Amino acid sequence: MADGSIGLWTVPLAVLGGAIRVSTPFLFVSLGECITERSGRINLGLEGTLVMGAMSAYGISYLSGSPWLGVLAAGITGALLGALHAGICSLPRVNDVAVGIALMLFGTGLAFYLGKPLIEPTAPRLPAIDFGWWSDIPQVQAALRINVLFLIGVVLAPILYWAFRTTRWGLLIRTAGESSDAARAMGHSVLLIRLRATMVGGFLAGVGGSFLSLFYPGSWNEGLSSGQGITAVALVIFARWDPMLCLWASLAFGGAAALGPALQSVGVTSGYHLFNAAPYILTLAIMIITCSPKRTLTGAPAELSITR
Amino acid sequence: MIVGETPLPSGAFGVDAIAMTMRFGDFLALDNVELKVRPGSFHALLGENGAGKSTLVKCIMGYYHATEGDILVGDRQQAIGNPKDAHALGLGMVYQHFTLVPAMTVAENLVLARDDVPAIVDWGKEKKELEAFLAKMPFKVPLNARVSDISAGERQKCEILKQLYLKRRFLILDEPTSVLTPAEADEVLGMLRDMVVKGELTILMITHKFREVMAFADEVTILRRGKLAGKGKVAELTPDAMARTMIGAEELTVQPARTGEAGKARLELEKVRALDDAGAIAVHDVSLTVRAGEIVGIAGVSGNGQRQLVEVLAGQREAESGEIRVAGDAYHASREEMRRHKMSLLPEEPLKNACVGGMSVADNIAFREFDRAPFASGGWWLNRGAFRDDAKKKIGQYKIKTRTPDTPISALSGGNVQRAVLARELGGDVEVLIAANPCFGLDFAAVAQIHAEIMAARNRGAAVLLVSEDLDELLELSDRLVVMFHGEFVYEARTSEADLTVVGRHMAGH
Repeated sequence: MADGSIGLWTVPLAVLGGAIRVSTPFLFVSLGECITERSGRINLGLEGTLVMGAMSAYGISYLSGSPWLGVLAAGITGALLGALHAGICSLPRVNDVAVGIALMLFGTGLAFYLGKPLIEPTAPRLPAIDFGWWSDIPQVQAALRINVLFLIGVVLAPILYWAFRTTRWGLLIRTAGESSDAARAMGHSVLLIRLRATMVGGFLAGVGGSFLSLFYPGSWNEGLSSGQGITAVALVIFARWDPMLCLWASLAFGGAAALGPALQSVGVTSGYHLFNAAPYILTLAIMIITCSPKRTLTGAPAELSITR
Repeated sequence: MIVGETPLPSGAFGVDAIAMTMRFGDFLALDNVELKVRPGSFHALLGENGAGKSTLVKCIMGYYHATEGDILVGDRQQAIGNPKDAHALGLGMVYQHFTLVPAMTVAENLVLARDDVPAIVDWGKEKKELEAFLAKMPFKVPLNARVSDISAGERQKCEILKQLYLKRRFLILDEPTSVLTPAEADEVLGMLRDMVVKGELTILMITHKFREVMAFADEVTILRRGKLAGKGKVAELTPDAMARTMIGAEELTVQPARTGEAGKARLELEKVRALDDAGAIAVHDVSLTVRAGEIVGIAGVSGNGQRQLVEVLAGQREAESGEIRVAGDAYHASREEMRRHKMSLLPEEPLKNACVGGMSVADNIAFREFDRAPFASGGWWLNRGAFRDDAKKKIGQYKIKTRTPDTPISALSGGNVQRAVLARELGGDVEVLIAANPCFGLDFAAVAQIHAEIMAARNRGAAVLLVSEDLDELLELSDRLVVMFHGEFVYEARTSEADLTVVGRHMAGH
């Protein structure tokens, strides 16, 4: 072992650091999807939005020299893709799941096409804050070097939790998602509420994508996303559409994804690929434990096409 | 409203609909209808299903834009483009389908309904104001409970309170008492009647209960097939006269007299327990015996476990525990058992629970027998000719109005869907019949026909379990009455000896 001083403590530390790093895109996509699904629509296209966000963030960061402009560009790209999804879904007899899958393919395809020239150059990356200055141990320092986007996401989750309860917009989004009849009877346009919710969801997913290209792994290539966008949609379901649970679920997911590399770093190499599958095994296990054919999902927005 | 115009006076105001015509494509839903609701009056709007009552009030509320006609609010012509315009004028409506959001609390629902919801809601302050408002109201609702956790009766009260909280001065009620016990209905309508008498409110109520019209309404307007069929002061009319105006010249099926005595036990439930979709106990260890040649009616406000009980009997839901026996044999709702015991089912919402909407009327009528002779050879080769011949025979016999036997059943009206199910379920021999709200939302002709068929099945010796939210229907048909409350049978009596006030008290859980 390279550093014998902390021994097996390397594993939990690496899992913690990995959890924070890997969970950031999950966190943003799931918070965004949480808003969209609470309004009664499901956007499966967020995988495409994530990749488009990563590409546009990298491009703008490279061209302007400012990673934060890149993040903004990623958000705007995501919001536009969200508006496209919502626009198509507001036509009569259109199924949001099918549109989502189409947009997922469209987003990734477009990003690869437009992003070809971005594979070579290096763009300025997002900063991180060192919370490990008090320690001399490099592993501790590495684990506690926390990116700013993660911190923003951590703050955003309780704000959303609060906003769903106490703001007019939160109540309107929930009304549209729970009973479109009720929303219409009050004279609100359900389509407009869902358009806005899908755009905000797309914005956050785009920002999640910018993390991939501007922080970790921190470059642009076609294998950048390994399905984080689509996994985050599933994550919203087992977080029961609750932003705070989205935060914990993202962290659990990130931790599970960091397990394989962490074990490898202490020399456990057998079953490496099996450990890499930990997040997916976790998803399946949680789904099997929490779902029952006899009961409807608690907390599911009643207007959602998958629960109706 | 035009700037500079004097605002509407406070208190109740009247609404007139003049020469209203509404066309949906080729279909004429309203034909030159006139409705005059005087300020400070309690007005009843009567009519059969499909007579145009809902269309008319939705035109007033700005949901639909009438093809022709004008709306006068407080004697002034108003263009009402959408429900928000109507709300701004002080008009409000309580819909037949609830417009409360089930996953939110009562307080959230009330605040949300306002036109001026603040960007950030100060719940402490809002709740104090709501409590002060509720203190002035004669009935209570739990502010912090989720709407999905309160009873249907409380929800209906909540809908009405919501309109009063929003300070509406002209209130439209669409069948407001269908989920209330008779005592609750009297309480709610009595309170609204007091507000009308004080001049604070004008009420337009859509209903089909003559008892409520006679007790609470001042005036009545009756529609038939989109046309104005009659109007007048309630004091000068009788229920019979109103019913005749509603139905017109149509002949109703005559119900056969009750004959024969109850025989051996046919359907036995023993400590049956079932859960609802959320996993809570909906049917709580109920036991019941239905004998041949008797109708047992299960009364209760909707949402007290009746639906889950019927679903267990229909095979749509698994019982958690307990035993069901038919003619002494254990019963698990398999197709083979249903066939052997000649069981028939008339579930509620027949289009959803008993039909495949996209399949033809003929196919739907053949569901029970489609893979047996004469419909099939060898159990797999279907003989389409036999489907059609059988369907044609039953369409004539049960007066099903459909263009052809091959029309998709979802294109039929509610009454004709139920007639088609009736033809399938009661067309052969019946030993056990389970019916749940079989007449919900149907017109007089269909109701009379279904009641006659159920009574005829009983007289032929079938054991009938009739679950209904309509107490009048149960009192008319059943031999024995059981009241279901919170998943349990809380009261049982012979119908001839049942006391309506006692039944109502048990329905409300007292």
